[in-house]
Amino acid sequence: MNFDFNEEQQMLKDSVARFVQEQYDFEARTRFIAEAQGFSSANWQTFADLGWLSIPFAEEYGGFGGGAVDTMAVMEELGRGLVAEPFVATVIMFGSLLSQSDNDDLKRDLISQIIDGSLLGAVAYLEPQGRYELGDIKTSAVQQGDAWVLNGEKSLVLNGASANKLIVSARSAGEQADEAGISLFIIDADAEGVDKTELRLMDGQKVANFTLNNVIAQPISAIGQGFAALKTMSLEATVALCGEALGNMQKLNASTIEYAKTRQQFGVAIGSFQALQHRMVDMFMSAEQCKSLLYRTVCSIEEGSDNVEIERNICALKVMVGRAGKHIGGEAIQMHGGMGMTEELDVGHFARRLLMINHAFGDIDYQQQKFIELNG
Amino acid sequence: MDINFSKEDIAFRDEVRAFLKTAWTEADAVIAKRPGNFKEVQVTWERRLYEQGWVAPGWPKEYGGTGWSSTQKFIFETERAAAGAPDVSPFGLKMVGPVIYSFGTDEQKAKFLPRILKNEDWWCQGYSETGAGSDLAALKTKAEIDGDDYIINGAKIWTTYAQHADWMFCLVRTNNEGKRQQGITFILIDMNTPGITVRPIYTIDDEHHLNEVLFDNVRVPMANRIGEQDQGWTYAKSLLAHERTAIAGIADSKRHIADLRRLAAEEVNAGRSMASNISFQQRLADIEIELMALEYTELRVLAATAKGQGPGVESSLLKIKGTEIQQQLQDLRLDLAGHFGAVLQGDLSAEAIGHKFGDGARRAYMFGRAATIYGGSNEVQKNITAKYVLGL
Repeated sequence: MNFDFNEEQQMLKDSVARFVQEQYDFEARTRFIAEAQGFSSANWQTFADLGWLSIPFAEEYGGFGGGAVDTMAVMEELGRGLVAEPFVATVIMFGSLLSQSDNDDLKRDLISQIIDGSLLGAVAYLEPQGRYELGDIKTSAVQQGDAWVLNGEKSLVLNGASANKLIVSARSAGEQADEAGISLFIIDADAEGVDKTELRLMDGQKVANFTLNNVIAQPISAIGQGFAALKTMSLEATVALCGEALGNMQKLNASTIEYAKTRQQFGVAIGSFQALQHRMVDMFMSAEQCKSLLYRTVCSIEEGSDNVEIERNICALKVMVGRAGKHIGGEAIQMHGGMGMTEELDVGHFARRLLMINHAFGDIDYQQQKFIELNG
Repeated sequence: MDINFSKEDIAFRDEVRAFLKTAWTEADAVIAKRPGNFKEVQVTWERRLYEQGWVAPGWPKEYGGTGWSSTQKFIFETERAAAGAPDVSPFGLKMVGPVIYSFGTDEQKAKFLPRILKNEDWWCQGYSETGAGSDLAALKTKAEIDGDDYIINGAKIWTTYAQHADWMFCLVRTNNEGKRQQGITFILIDMNTPGITVRPIYTIDDEHHLNEVLFDNVRVPMANRIGEQDQGWTYAKSLLAHERTAIAGIADSKRHIADLRRLAAEEVNAGRSMASNISFQQRLADIEIELMALEYTELRVLAATAKGQGPGVESSLLKIKGTEIQQQLQDLRLDLAGHFGAVLQGDLSAEAIGHKFGDGARRAYMFGRAATIYGGSNEVQKNITAKYVLGL
């Protein structure tokens, strides 16, 4: 039993922390998200140069061969900096589906492009009616001769505004909610028949809605067997996002404590009031409990526990992170008083990111229901 | 980062399971259900553990401990609770024992430690007073020197199981000068000494756990003092972190979740099992999720302890969350019992009442209110955390 990062992981974590500290203060971030694509291309190249974009990929494809703990180490520090660059969308989500593809040439080609920073990816899995069900897919995939043709609508595609390539989930058979009959395809973002509407989300990132009109697409794995890969991707991304959320929460707690120590009212620091002290302890405990459950989850993944056990841990983690995010975000705004309400302070931005993470891949209620179902 | 159990750990777990199978049986569990059997059940159980050499996992080997690793202690505790076997009574084995082997004289070690291990002495804790609860350093029970003895006068309150106790470890005031914490002495008192009166305090679960203990010119040899005079606060404080970790009761709460699932399956509402009632499922899920996290918080503390750090202030977090979870489970259990949670069972059988666990649910709920009060109230734990962890 051991809850320390190994030397390599600690170096990785330190390197992300150093980047955030030196190049990603809140003022710099505000400039980055103001760029047309919602992040800085120069930063993305830095990520590539530092090797971060290779982390989850297998060594045989030029990757770092990292596991859940490596990803967590990076995500926690990215979360502390509220980093907007599309690491999760490209490396974790697009990367996960690509890694699960059975097309080895495609993997070899595209993974190397992700790692060197030249390829930005996105996963178009969500549809307007889909809510949190990965299998609720209306977009159709029809074979015409040798080609597959896609028609349908995809919503709020993360990194959709900047991605060069999209992996799209589409229905090649079955009814709208069936898990069977879902296939995964890859398309160029500017392919003929792709209509894109860019949108900005409350954390500053740019996403896009896509309408696909007779888009020619290449399958990335066996037709009709895409659901399992989507689910694996969603679980991996959920754990990564919970790592980011932990970083968000730790930063909010540190900011709140610091503010309470310096803000004077009634002639004393407001941190001397017991009513506030106890609430800050509650915030601290919320974050520590999330950390424990995150450790439990990544340990179960690295250990190769059975899938139900891992999924159960992930559902529990997502419930807890959703609640803790609202708790800590809300309290941090409250204790910063009027300042907490302002756009110029980072507190509200962290709180917004935490609210978005709650909704990513299923909110508190959804994940709680899944957790109950897994208890059998 | 990993939680891998080694091959040795797995073998150890199997050994613990095999032991528990014979050492704690269904028949023991039935006897233990009756509150009147409490002491007898504890003594019998602890002697079995003693014979196995497992009664004091926390002690160093030279004093009769097991020499287990943190992982082994965790495994034992988890298996012990999963089997439904009780924890050891804490006052001797978990509280005064460590103080004696850490700060006591060789004579004190030789005199008391073997008897604690064999459960030949039952101990109680003399800390709280009417004017010294959360603010323990306000205690006033005084000890004055008379030759080779102290003469003790005053009163202790909320003394758990003083009615069973042979000995008390007690904090007394020996000095009124300077900081309040510096005039306190840690002393061991034979409960058979003339001048001691134990008065019962009945609690809201209709049981007798608590007492008031009065001291009227009680003569205690100075040889029973632990460490230096006036330095008792330091010795007492060293206990607190361990006490709080133990109070969290995480392994037992895991067992209670399994119990609740089983009980819910037998309760019916509108013809449907309560196990499928959505409100019940959601409440249980939320508690279980907190507990899954807290279990790893405890493991993080254990891992840090194994490296020679702590248990420090994290033990406050364990105490707060652990006791909150206990109370939520007791609350859910009482609600599950419905009307039958109000029944005072007395000598009646479950058949006569028409329900199996209402009486136990009520007692657990009512006595369970104490968990957020004792061991330093949860509000005091938050004060400690705010000061020492958050730096406020």
